[in-house]
Amino acid sequence: MQLLICGGTGCRASESNVLKDNLEKELKKRNLQDDVQVVETGCFGFCEKGPIVKVLPDNTFYTEVTPEDAERIVGEHLVKGRQVTDLLYTDPEKKEKIADSKHMDFYKKQIRIALRNCGFIDPENIDDYIARDGYQALGKVITEMTPEEAINEIKESGLRGRGGGGFPAGLKWELTRKSQADQKYVVCNADEGDPGAFMDRSILEGDAHSVLEAMAICGYCTDASKGLIYIRAEYPLAINRLKKSIEQAREYGLLGDNIFGTGFNFDVELRYGAGAFVCGEETALIHSMEGERGEPTVKPPYPSVSGYKGKPTTVNNVETYANVPVIINKGAKWFASIGTDNSKGTKVFALAGKVNNVGLIEVPMGTTLREVIFDIGGGVKDGKKFKSVQTGGPSGGCLTEKHLDTPIDYDNLIASGSMMGSGGMIVMDEDDCMVSVAKYYLDFTVEESCGKCSPCRIGNKRLYEILDKITKGEGTHEDLDKLRNLSNVIMDASLCGLGQTSPNPVMSTMDNFWDEYIAHVEKQECPAGQCKDLLRYEVVPENCVGCTACARNCPVNCISGERKQVHEIDQSVCIKCGACYEKCKFNAIRIV
Amino acid sequence: METIKLTIDNKTVEVEKGTTVYQAAKKLGIDIPVLCYMDLGDLNIEHKPGGCRVCVVEVKGRKNLAPSCNTEATDGMEVRTNSMRVLNARKTVLELILSDHPADCLVCAKSGECELQDLSQRLGVREIPYQGEQSHYREDTSPSIIREIDKCIMCRRCEKMCNEVQTVGVLSAIHRGFESVVAPAFEMNLDHSVCTYCGQCVNVCPTGALTEVDNTPRLINDLANPRKTVIVQTAPAVRAALGEEFGMEAGTLVTGKMVASLRELGFDYVFDTDFAADLTIMEEGAELLDRLTKHLNGDQEVRMPILTSCCPAWVKFFEHHFPDMTDIPSTARSPQQMFGAVAKTYFAKKMNIKREDLVVVSVMPCVAKKYESTRDEFAVDGNPDVDYSVTTRELGKLIKQANMDFKSLPDEDFDKPLGESTGAGVIFGTTGGVIEAATRTAYELYTGKDLERISFEQLRGMEGLRKASVDFDGQEINIGIAHGLGNARKLLEEIREGKSMYHAIEIMACPGGCIGGGGQPYIHGNVDILKARQKAIYQEDDNKKIRKSHENPYIKELYEEFLGKPMGEKAHHLLHTHYFKRGRKVYID
Amino acid sequence: MSSVKVKLKEKDIARIREICKEHHNNEGELINVLQKTQLHFGYLPAEVQEVVAEELQVSLAKVYGVVTFYSFFTMIPKGEHPISICTGTACYVRGAEKVVDEFKKKLNINLGETTPDGKFSLTGLRCVGACGLAPVVLVGEKTYGRVSPDGVEDILKEYQ
Repeated sequence: MQLLICGGTGCRASESNVLKDNLEKELKKRNLQDDVQVVETGCFGFCEKGPIVKVLPDNTFYTEVTPEDAERIVGEHLVKGRQVTDLLYTDPEKKEKIADSKHMDFYKKQIRIALRNCGFIDPENIDDYIARDGYQALGKVITEMTPEEAINEIKESGLRGRGGGGFPAGLKWELTRKSQADQKYVVCNADEGDPGAFMDRSILEGDAHSVLEAMAICGYCTDASKGLIYIRAEYPLAINRLKKSIEQAREYGLLGDNIFGTGFNFDVELRYGAGAFVCGEETALIHSMEGERGEPTVKPPYPSVSGYKGKPTTVNNVETYANVPVIINKGAKWFASIGTDNSKGTKVFALAGKVNNVGLIEVPMGTTLREVIFDIGGGVKDGKKFKSVQTGGPSGGCLTEKHLDTPIDYDNLIASGSMMGSGGMIVMDEDDCMVSVAKYYLDFTVEESCGKCSPCRIGNKRLYEILDKITKGEGTHEDLDKLRNLSNVIMDASLCGLGQTSPNPVMSTMDNFWDEYIAHVEKQECPAGQCKDLLRYEVVPENCVGCTACARNCPVNCISGERKQVHEIDQSVCIKCGACYEKCKFNAIRIV
Repeated sequence: METIKLTIDNKTVEVEKGTTVYQAAKKLGIDIPVLCYMDLGDLNIEHKPGGCRVCVVEVKGRKNLAPSCNTEATDGMEVRTNSMRVLNARKTVLELILSDHPADCLVCAKSGECELQDLSQRLGVREIPYQGEQSHYREDTSPSIIREIDKCIMCRRCEKMCNEVQTVGVLSAIHRGFESVVAPAFEMNLDHSVCTYCGQCVNVCPTGALTEVDNTPRLINDLANPRKTVIVQTAPAVRAALGEEFGMEAGTLVTGKMVASLRELGFDYVFDTDFAADLTIMEEGAELLDRLTKHLNGDQEVRMPILTSCCPAWVKFFEHHFPDMTDIPSTARSPQQMFGAVAKTYFAKKMNIKREDLVVVSVMPCVAKKYESTRDEFAVDGNPDVDYSVTTRELGKLIKQANMDFKSLPDEDFDKPLGESTGAGVIFGTTGGVIEAATRTAYELYTGKDLERISFEQLRGMEGLRKASVDFDGQEINIGIAHGLGNARKLLEEIREGKSMYHAIEIMACPGGCIGGGGQPYIHGNVDILKARQKAIYQEDDNKKIRKSHENPYIKELYEEFLGKPMGEKAHHLLHTHYFKRGRKVYID
Repeated sequence: MSSVKVKLKEKDIARIREICKEHHNNEGELINVLQKTQLHFGYLPAEVQEVVAEELQVSLAKVYGVVTFYSFFTMIPKGEHPISICTGTACYVRGAEKVVDEFKKKLNINLGETTPDGKFSLTGLRCVGACGLAPVVLVGEKTYGRVSPDGVEDILKEYQ
């Protein structure tokens, strides 16, 4: 028997590591430690309901397990064979308990390729990976295939870069292969910087070997003997697991010299990203790995011609690599049978925001946003109304009701005014002000712009300032015109992908939520009630009982009134902190 | 040679493969505006970060606009440089840059020479629609250079010059995004850094972010002071460039008009740094000969090669970066400082002027000279040998302020005795010139024979690193020449590694030598101007009756009356100096 | 960038040299070297950068240019209890901004600052990957999920 415990960052934050210790203690108490194996796996994906414990072989899926529950899981389930029903997932519609995850809506529509091993194996044990066909693809490629054949397989699979741009991976490899040089490099971009995404992190934490294997395959295909993983220094768990995995692979002869006795050499090193979103751009990433400021340079030359240290370099992101071994094992045809015409395979999304089932999901390309948000995601939290879904992070846009039935793929998302990006997907409800959301993203871009080119350096700052003005009720129609022109020019004239996409949140909210902009500008109103400067807190005289709670909690003493008398707010002093609103038990403060 | 064909604004052009769209357009007479781009052709300095985005063009089939300066032309490419889309983007980008730039053109030191200002006029910007926060930084004044980086537009040209060309490494882009700017480490003051004050950053700065310290108000004051005797010395490279300030063709020699204008400004005596250059050759040449003779006689102790020491930026450079090698350069002071030392002793005594009543001003093609004159070792009881220095540019402005029509001034001669010079003194102004001047004298002193051909063509040119050998009557003398501190570094590293094969090396910090100094009229990327100046310098040399320093009669007189012998005690005291092992350690605020 | 002046001890300098050596004094490894150095000192004061520049033979300006480019590097020491608030989008839409405001108010410092007593420092962090728990706050290694402005005081109390 096996107990699988999610060791992803989300579950660990809810003390899944303590839970693991407790489970082991309980087993030991009952002398079961040799019969039941406790395995800390990578992310199961269902973060909303974490920490998660899965019991094998009966596939019981426990959710929201606390360290204190260890005793019952061992005592009841393992010893007495009785499921601990209150730890089972409850279907929100039917209110029934579901024990096996494959019957849950959250998992039903998912197909897991990149995440195939996350939640199934112990990521720190290479044997677990090998037991699930790990390193079989590498063996096949270097012993049975020529580099050209392997590249062809990737090309025919239709695999496109999962980091944002969607450039065909096989083509990239081919370009590097064709570049002549004494040394070439394979680089894995694991500098996940999108402020609402944790796909790459989860893959590296849950299945680092799949990335190492794919990098070795890429090395073989492109004549590169050296791989570099550029990973965010803020991902300590992923770094740790990568280090262990590299060590293990070296021990097994799967990295290093003379792999599989073929004379093929390939090894991998880590390079740390130090907190710069722009380093997701491949030329910036390369400069960062060279010890420079992470500023992008004009392309061409592309990294496949002149990359790390001026040598041909293939740069792909974590998820792209994670797909590669499966494509080799199961064949390009199989992979290409999944997805849409121009986007093959699956895509991993970090589904978050105002959605019931926050988590990491993987769906076939072509799945609609509706299926993702309502079927898998379980709809909007707290019964609120769906307003928008943001994809693609700071480079993407805010889509709306009318886009819900659009099948998700690279081209459709761009046509809708957003983009795939790395896979962040944030659901927003009626309480979210779309002008503020645009401002939030621009704030991010302003902070993350490298400063090299003027449209991005200054233009985004100006976009932010205009948005800020609008959220304060000081915007004009002229400002709206400026937003449009500026957005167009920044997209058209910026040096790299960051600037070329940074106005997307502005453009898409203007396209889809124009009325909200108009309300801010013409009526100085925020329909979502989120813009602090446009709010007024007022006492509802009929509800006020004069309890003085509001007055006592007001930090600026702008509420006056005698005990048991109706109170009054002095609007000229009010700082709109909302303390009175939160403290009032009688619904006697309203926001207008 | 492979060529390709493309069309730009519906005109077809055939260019060599590897040509950029910007260059191809130029071939068609289409002048795409640029801002951060800089191509100093023959100096092999090319800077095209593609950062300002002013030169963007539309390329058919490409999603977004392309920076023409850094986009390679390809066969069949269709480019539009003036479509509505391009014009709007270009203007908006410029408006954005202007929105983060102080609008103090009226009082800006760079007004009239500012590339941003020109561009703004050219693109017809009449308002700045995108107002918002502006960057503010502390102003930094050093002895030579003022950094007013509120005006920095992040073209990064200065960074390129400081790091890649000069390898000084004082400047870097710091912070990121809207906060980013080019500055020294920790935003420290330049005078705490390892800056050499070569002024190449000033030379290439398109705006007023980097300018020289303005000494003209002080000069006007002194000239108006009846108690003071104010004398001036002018460096050789000034006369080959000053005319440009008045719209004269590059390479026009204006020695006589310059003298006339200085006299008109009210200087009591107008002298020539070239005189001091001849003096430098007497000292440096003697030192070269001394070391060379010892070396050729097998003396293991003597340090070879000997390096020139007239360039203050170069001196500060090796003090910071090669503190272990401060015993290699000649100890001879620079001509500016030799002049000052002689003026405040020999001349002052001769004229019976008290030291503190004599003001020695220099006109230099250089901003480092301002710093050099402030070095403690060049002052007596706090009174500097050279009171201060103004650049060619500052002199140009001063002449305009004094309402002179420079072009129609008569040609006048320098005053005696410190105004007489030889052709050898003149060529100090260009790369290769100092060593050629030294060679003319050293040859005759070493061999005891007269030179048949005075010009040494093998020492001339614009290559950054040159080597040549000169036949000293059967003894081959190997000479190295470097201009640009990056090139100097290479030679110094060779010496440090014991691989140097030279007997003597000339080093000038600025590309082209003093003709390309940090205080010269701005060339705005046109390297042909440097070549014209160089030509003018050699022309002046050819015109001189006396072309060897040791034949300058006034130099002979100076030694006879006052100094004694080259490298003698008095000469040593007044004309030689010592160096400091500064190292790279800086003062951290 | 505001900074703190320090006098380096011989053993500190030796440690920096050791780190540089571990990376073969290779200027290409500047960022890895700075990471490790910051791990040792907790921050990167000017004096430390000067040693790194000397060892790797790069200009001090370049080191400073790199230090100020990456948000991970800091020239002021973090507090005894560094507080990081996730400002990723998921946390943002679930009210992280108000949590940030509350911390600022309670500690009387801005993001990127340390309290005068050196006890707490406050930083924003982009997505910690625990979106299920949004808004998320980290104090040192400990994670707090679903934090509301009201909960801020309780969190701080744990460390007082």
